[in-house]
Amino acid sequence: MYQHTRLTKNRFNLFQKFRDFDYILLTCILLLGLISLMTMYSTDGGKILFHTKSHFTKLIVFTIMMLIFSFINIKYWFLIGYFFYVIVIGLLVWTYLFGIKSSGSQRWIDLYFINLQPSELMKICIILCLAKFFHRMKLENVNSIYTILTSLIIILLPMGLVIVQPDLGTALLIAISGIAVLWFAGINHKYFLYTMMGFLISLPFIISFLKPYQKLRVLTFLNPDRDPLGAGYQIIQSKIAVGSGGIFGKGFLKGTQSYLEFLPEKHTDFIFTLFSEEFGFVGSAFLLIIYAIIIYRIIAIGASSRSYFAKIFCYSFGAAIFVYIVINMSMVLGLVPIVGSPLPIMSYGGSSMLATMIGFGIVMSAKVHNQQPIA
Amino acid sequence: MINSSSDNVKKLNSINRRMFIIGSCKFFIMIGLISRLFFLQVKENKKYLTLSDKNRIREWKLAPVRGEFHDYFGNIIAGNFEAYQLHIIPEEVEDFRYVIYRLKDLLELSERDFKKIIKKKNEIKPWETLIVSDNLDWIKFSKINNQLYDLNGVKPVISISRNYPYKEIYTHVLGYVSQANEMDIEKSESIKKNFVPGLKVGKVGLEKSFEKKLIGSNDIERYEVNAYGRRISQLEFQKGKKGQNLKLTLDTEVQQLANELLKEKSGSICVMDIYTGSIIAMHSSPSFDPNHFVFGISQDDWQVIRNNPMKPLVNKTLQGTYSPGSTIKPIVALSALENGIIDTNFTVKCTGKTEMYDQTYHCWKKKGHGFVSLRNAMKQSCDTYFYEVARKLGVDRLNETAKKFGLGEKVFGNLFDIEKNGLVPSTQWKKNALGKGWLLGETIITGIGQGYIQTTPIQLCLMTAQIANGGYKIYPNIFMEDNEKNEPKDKFTQLFQSSTNIKIVQDAMFGSTNEVMGTSYRSRIDDPIYQFAGKTGTSQVKRITERERELDLKTFEIPYEERDHALYVAFGPYKNPRYALSVVVEHGGNGSTTAAPMAKKLFKLIIDRHSIRESIKKDRYMDT
Repeated sequence: MYQHTRLTKNRFNLFQKFRDFDYILLTCILLLGLISLMTMYSTDGGKILFHTKSHFTKLIVFTIMMLIFSFINIKYWFLIGYFFYVIVIGLLVWTYLFGIKSSGSQRWIDLYFINLQPSELMKICIILCLAKFFHRMKLENVNSIYTILTSLIIILLPMGLVIVQPDLGTALLIAISGIAVLWFAGINHKYFLYTMMGFLISLPFIISFLKPYQKLRVLTFLNPDRDPLGAGYQIIQSKIAVGSGGIFGKGFLKGTQSYLEFLPEKHTDFIFTLFSEEFGFVGSAFLLIIYAIIIYRIIAIGASSRSYFAKIFCYSFGAAIFVYIVINMSMVLGLVPIVGSPLPIMSYGGSSMLATMIGFGIVMSAKVHNQQPIA
Repeated sequence: MINSSSDNVKKLNSINRRMFIIGSCKFFIMIGLISRLFFLQVKENKKYLTLSDKNRIREWKLAPVRGEFHDYFGNIIAGNFEAYQLHIIPEEVEDFRYVIYRLKDLLELSERDFKKIIKKKNEIKPWETLIVSDNLDWIKFSKINNQLYDLNGVKPVISISRNYPYKEIYTHVLGYVSQANEMDIEKSESIKKNFVPGLKVGKVGLEKSFEKKLIGSNDIERYEVNAYGRRISQLEFQKGKKGQNLKLTLDTEVQQLANELLKEKSGSICVMDIYTGSIIAMHSSPSFDPNHFVFGISQDDWQVIRNNPMKPLVNKTLQGTYSPGSTIKPIVALSALENGIIDTNFTVKCTGKTEMYDQTYHCWKKKGHGFVSLRNAMKQSCDTYFYEVARKLGVDRLNETAKKFGLGEKVFGNLFDIEKNGLVPSTQWKKNALGKGWLLGETIITGIGQGYIQTTPIQLCLMTAQIANGGYKIYPNIFMEDNEKNEPKDKFTQLFQSSTNIKIVQDAMFGSTNEVMGTSYRSRIDDPIYQFAGKTGTSQVKRITERERELDLKTFEIPYEERDHALYVAFGPYKNPRYALSVVVEHGGNGSTTAAPMAKKLFKLIIDRHSIRESIKKDRYMDT
């Protein structure tokens, strides 16, 4: 019986691979893509303009890419783990040296067809790299000084490269992705506890090192009304937009806050605000449920995966996606200070979508190849 | 292998346990997010919805349409007209420089006005309205309309504005409107509420007193605007209420005649219904055209008005205080009769002058009137007689009667804030105000309306009316509505002790006008329909020196400022009195030659129009 299963599974023909797809996950991703397209259409003022077209193209290209990635055996993803990490580190260095400057930060590389933001890719490839790092490790070795130091270097190196861009928000998200892997790899609870406490204690100290605009964001978060037309404007207008949506929203293409240009950054970080204004509590809850299903499916795939690498990747990716969503929404709802963090798939921005789709691709590959042992 | 597999199991246990911990965290955080959404969108929805509307909806107020003034016959005496205006919204103009220079040529704008417009343009936002011209004449307006194809973005607009069709006729009654300034806004709640840039408000007269009723309420346009304040679409148009129309008791024809009579002269005419107290005419001359003020008067026009020595800005009917001169004599006589000082048989010998208290008091007639009784003294306006009567009467008793008949206090109360009290002296008054004792000589000259006594023309008119109606108190009013409503309780209380005394005074006034030797005999009308009774007055502006008395100069030989004021009070028709009037001509010389002839013309018209007036009144009652 065991032999038989192995044999059939080993064939891995295309048909079988299709059959093993996680269709719930795929449906949810496509649904999310559709919703994001609608919202993008609304941000363009109910016309098919640049953002809608561009988002549509990216969605198509990256979804196809994700499907192709699903067919790549999970063991190859395991193989390229370090390599991918090194490449992205290289890109970050390249960005630092030759990147495109825009509004005071240097985050992008001009690839002619797309302005690539390597820091977004780093969010996914740090998981891949660390998952590979911990895959073979024995549990008793996980808490050795060597392991901890190495993994910290793996996390801190890209963080440093992103902080100098400067882009503290993304750097933090990279760190969170990395820390998620460390958690699942089994690093002692104590370390997390200590780090957390240490962080809290040194928080005032850290704040004094923040750039003036970052300090302003923190102060504004604590009291948005201290400068309603300046620093507090975004958060106040965002809350007004969400709050005025009500239960059923103002209706598709009828969000006055966004139409009359009260909402800043409505294509990117504040896309949820617009969606929430137009579709209300019901729509927002629906969107959250889709995200919840996606995360649940990712975890379920991880749980059903045979290899430790796939498990650790899926769990960490699930946790990371969750954190991205929560941070973005909390920011929009005025629960945390404004940090530049896009909402996966929904927000306009190629690199973010590319990274997310790569993640989904690998997760899907783990599902299709869930019986694949990795040596 | 066993080691490795047991390690694997341990690893799996660890990762699954940790997944469970994280999973539960996720669940609770998700619940947190949902509840935050619920809080914002469902619980606090109303608050944010209001904020969102506040964000996107902006109100534009338009100037309210001002209530009109009508005269007794329903003619509009202060109305609204369509002002032709030219507006530009700068951002809708492709080539602003070209358009504005074209307009400069077409409108023949002066360099100064042109600069003003450019300055205004730079102050406003590009989507706000720039008013290039607020009151164009029809020729220029149609010229612009013909050239519109070439003037992209220029909007010819018809806007409602104040208009006074009778120009200077009603200026002193109505006042005028002009652009509201900060003081106006601060002082009046209704202006504050309805204020829009360019709002015209009453500055003086009834326009000011009745601002609250006249102003109406704004039209309100609600627009959806974007984050930068640009209008996106109109959501609502809320029609405002037009201000209340006010109907006055005035008769335009009489008012016009008054204006004509006083042309080139400085003075006042007022006419009153002696029973209802309705003001038929109330004019102060010289007047000016209030239409000039509506869009801001030009410096030149303003200087002409301001520098006119006849003081057009002063409302002489209410603000001008004059020594009543001989027009006070009916009151002096009445007071003396009422107090039993004299009777009709009391006579005084007039020799042209009399010595009292070491001073010489002159009668106007040098040769003297000889023996005169009350009736003759009134008729010929003998000063000597009234010196004697005043001496016997005393100033305090005179004061009492004069006050009863309306002298020394505001006739309209608080209706006009410019109205003067005038002054009826008494011994108490002098002690309080001047700190000196009353001199008996001062009583003597008070008896012929000189000295401290000061009256306004409207007070003289009221005094005459109350004598004419048989001595009953009336309250002058200028609004139709007030006639029936809230009549003061003491209206028609009698002001006399014996009605014979009133009759005697009336009869004496009749003699003064209608009998030979009477001072205004030349102005009489014999036809009993128009026949009126009156009393002339000549009020000295300065003390006459002995030398001047010797010279006996004719009026035109004296410098204008030193000429006497001419006064006349009268009521008619004598048989069945209905109207009283007062005429004051500043520096007009003599009451009998200047003022009384005006009264003749006035009575003719007033009495002719009486029946028309009455028929309208009947209609009004029929309606209600």
